[in-house]
Amino acid sequence: MPNLTIDGQQVDVPVGTTIIQAARKLGISIPHYCYHPALPVAGNCRICLVEVEKQPKLQISCYTPVAEGMIVRTNSPKVLEARQNVLEFLLVNHPLDCPVCDQAGECKLQDYYMKHGLYDSRLADVKIKKEKKAFAIGRTVMLDQERCILCTRCVRFTENITKTHEFGVFNRGDHSQLDLYPGRKLDNNYSGNVVDICPVGALTDRDFRFKCRVWYLEKTKSVCPGCSQGCNITVEWDKMRPHIQKQARVMRLKPRFNSEVNDYWICDKGRYNYHFIDENRIVHPQFNKESISWEQAMDILAGAVNSLKISKRMNRIGVLASAQLTNEDLFVIKKLFKDTLGGALVDFRVPEKPGESDEFLMKADKNPNTAGAEIILGSDTKPQQIVQKARQGEIDLLYVFGHDLSQLFGKEAIYQISKNVKLFVFQGSNVNNTCNYAHLILPSQVYAEKEGTFTNCQSRVQRIWPAFQPLGEARADWEILSLLSERLGSALNFKDPRSIFNEIAATIAPFAELTYEKIGDKGTTLAK
Amino acid sequence: MEKVVSRHFDQENSHSFINYLKDNGYRAARKALTQMTPASVIDEVKKSNLRGLGGAGFPTGVKWSFIPQASPKPKYLVVNGDEGEPGTFKDKYILQQDPHALIEGIIITCYAIGSHKAYVYVRGEYEKPLQALLTAVEEAYKAGFLGQAVMGSEFDIDVVVHQGAGAYICGEETALLESLEGKKGFPRLKPPFPAVVGLFGCPTVINNVETIACVAPIINKGAEWFAKLGCEKNGGNRLFCVSGHVHKPGVYELPNGTTLRAIIYEHAGGVLNGNKLKAVIPGGISAPILTPDQIDVKMDFDSLKAIGTMAGSGGIIVMDETTDMVWAAMIAARFYANESCGQCSPCREGSGWAYRNIKRIYEGTARPYDLKNLAGIVNNIGGNTICPFGDALTMCVGSYISKFRSEFENKIKERVCPI
Repeated sequence: MPNLTIDGQQVDVPVGTTIIQAARKLGISIPHYCYHPALPVAGNCRICLVEVEKQPKLQISCYTPVAEGMIVRTNSPKVLEARQNVLEFLLVNHPLDCPVCDQAGECKLQDYYMKHGLYDSRLADVKIKKEKKAFAIGRTVMLDQERCILCTRCVRFTENITKTHEFGVFNRGDHSQLDLYPGRKLDNNYSGNVVDICPVGALTDRDFRFKCRVWYLEKTKSVCPGCSQGCNITVEWDKMRPHIQKQARVMRLKPRFNSEVNDYWICDKGRYNYHFIDENRIVHPQFNKESISWEQAMDILAGAVNSLKISKRMNRIGVLASAQLTNEDLFVIKKLFKDTLGGALVDFRVPEKPGESDEFLMKADKNPNTAGAEIILGSDTKPQQIVQKARQGEIDLLYVFGHDLSQLFGKEAIYQISKNVKLFVFQGSNVNNTCNYAHLILPSQVYAEKEGTFTNCQSRVQRIWPAFQPLGEARADWEILSLLSERLGSALNFKDPRSIFNEIAATIAPFAELTYEKIGDKGTTLAK
Repeated sequence: MEKVVSRHFDQENSHSFINYLKDNGYRAARKALTQMTPASVIDEVKKSNLRGLGGAGFPTGVKWSFIPQASPKPKYLVVNGDEGEPGTFKDKYILQQDPHALIEGIIITCYAIGSHKAYVYVRGEYEKPLQALLTAVEEAYKAGFLGQAVMGSEFDIDVVVHQGAGAYICGEETALLESLEGKKGFPRLKPPFPAVVGLFGCPTVINNVETIACVAPIINKGAEWFAKLGCEKNGGNRLFCVSGHVHKPGVYELPNGTTLRAIIYEHAGGVLNGNKLKAVIPGGISAPILTPDQIDVKMDFDSLKAIGTMAGSGGIIVMDETTDMVWAAMIAARFYANESCGQCSPCREGSGWAYRNIKRIYEGTARPYDLKNLAGIVNNIGGNTICPFGDALTMCVGSYISKFRSEFENKIKERVCPI
């Protein structure tokens, strides 16, 4: 392990580490544009130049490997001057349209200019005009060639990560411009990532642009609920300005680095799958299409369960749980319907068609917690049997969590269920066709409003955090069930998801000894 | 004086196979293949003090010895004939007038470095030289001098001739490799150097056309003979390309170490119309410009380096007293702005900015501080780029400013366009 000195601090790093990586280990951030830890080194932006003792020229820290006894300076007058000079070159032909640029606020040109630039302009010439300004290059991304600093991160992303090869740099010298190859469109499943890695405003997100200035965004760590991969994400939401975007809170999702799950990336399906958080929500409990209070809703639900409990006909309760629910929600379902009450028919494996998948991140199972549901809930019976019984009136209470039964089993089936089941309960966050047939509708929270954990397809348990208050009167699924248990006189006494998780850890072997602290930000793999 | 590389240039049909064979043609190749080991060929070339004549002047034999012979990968020889340096036109003569000299050099070099495939990258605009080379390669194949079991030995050599597409940067060796691989001509980050990771990721020697053309004579007549032709550490003669304000522009083969004064006044017939000399570029446009008081310099790699310029490609551009040095600097800057590949930011953005700045000075629309700005811009490019193109720009344009500063200042003061 070579030992080197950077700005007077010593560090040991493995052979082959570059200076920029070694500096990062010391908490020294060397400015960079083209360097990206997940992409091959291009060495073209030249802003990461540092001084290496005994080397006549400044060296680019993204490419220069460390050596034993190396002495590096990242802040010497020579380095600061070179950094400023490179910045000046990058800005010579860069349009000063920050006031109308969507990248403003998270633009590395702005950031580094304020930190390392602050020179007076020497430019007396007209800036070079390029061909494409605000040009859609695919479903998700806009290209502005003038803002591009030709760092080629996007080119290398499509060459090395997606291997779809859409981007190229065309022409020469200061007429060089980023573009797609002739006849191509940026339409791969991961196109949104080029916006994340673009350090400037050349590639912007068509879904996000002009919706909200980035400095109004709050950021909450989360996990994508879009499939069983469980990519780590950040929910970025607008706290300050409820009057914009029809009061929508979530403005965009961004990938959150996790080397074990998704690296720096997420798929477009996951990235743009957030509108449901603010749209088409169920905000009040309803009974026979009339809004009611939670109190009244609980009276109806508890009354129905109680009468079946008293007449010892618990097997006439069907529960269709869901792998969209957190481990905590599922545990409370198990605890209430299987352990406490006993005898109810419970399952979660509804016959869903496999979704789109690929070799990279996208999985065909579109539920974030199938693995958790299998471990916690197991399977007694088949959902098809529960539905069949409901259709024939052999079930008196059908309790559905989020599923759209009309889509899964057909309109005829849901019509029969609605007619033959005495109490048809739908508990979910968003309106779907099943709501039209359910008798009792209970509003639940979306993943961005609640705390909990998901178990992904690699059996990795990962936490989600509440970003903001629930919409309307929506409550967490576990909370609703807890309320029900109180009404039934067999209170489960869970006060929060953490306490539920502690009981999961205490009673379900694969989760043994886990705590929220141990899971942390990046998750941890379950014991086999 | 004994001519080596240009010995056939003034003969009728100098390019023909028969003409080349008559003058002991391909005897050196046969000698190398049958009587010498690869190591002894490399030794001979090392002793001859042959240096890279593309411009860098790196000792050729030493470069060859960098090829890792134990590597299981194929080794390649790449001959750089992308002669784009303004003021340089020597390789064109070799390709057109004596292509077999190059092919014989290729055979010997391939044998020395253990390469079975050589690529010749010919400048896109060199149509006639390209045709001459293609014909010669075909003749050599037919004669059994190329292909399988060359000259009855057990050594196979294939030669591929590749025509460039008109980018100056493809003369930079790693950009050339990228271009050969079918990619855009962008110089590579170094290290690794081509000797280890070159063409298609394999060990590769890249030599200039003139360098390779010197190899057969060295094997024929011996390293000592060749070394003695030149001066200390600079073996052999060089082809000097003289252009500009002289009576007899052209290619002159003269010993390394001949003075610049002798080249201009004795060989090229002196400055046009008896005018006074104002400036000379000694080694292609990228070599810092010299003033008349510096022309007693010996034309070899080390002497030119000692006075702050370089031997470069041997392109000597003579400018007399009628030359507007701001105009000359503008033409040079325009060249760099046009030819910057655009890969790294200082050169991409700086080359065009410098050109537009000089243009304003030349046209009389510059502001008083523009000269200082120009010097700053130019200075900030060199040393901070991926390849030597940025350094060349800085050295070249910077030398005009430092040596002819008053002309720039006058232009700004006068605020007039001389056209």
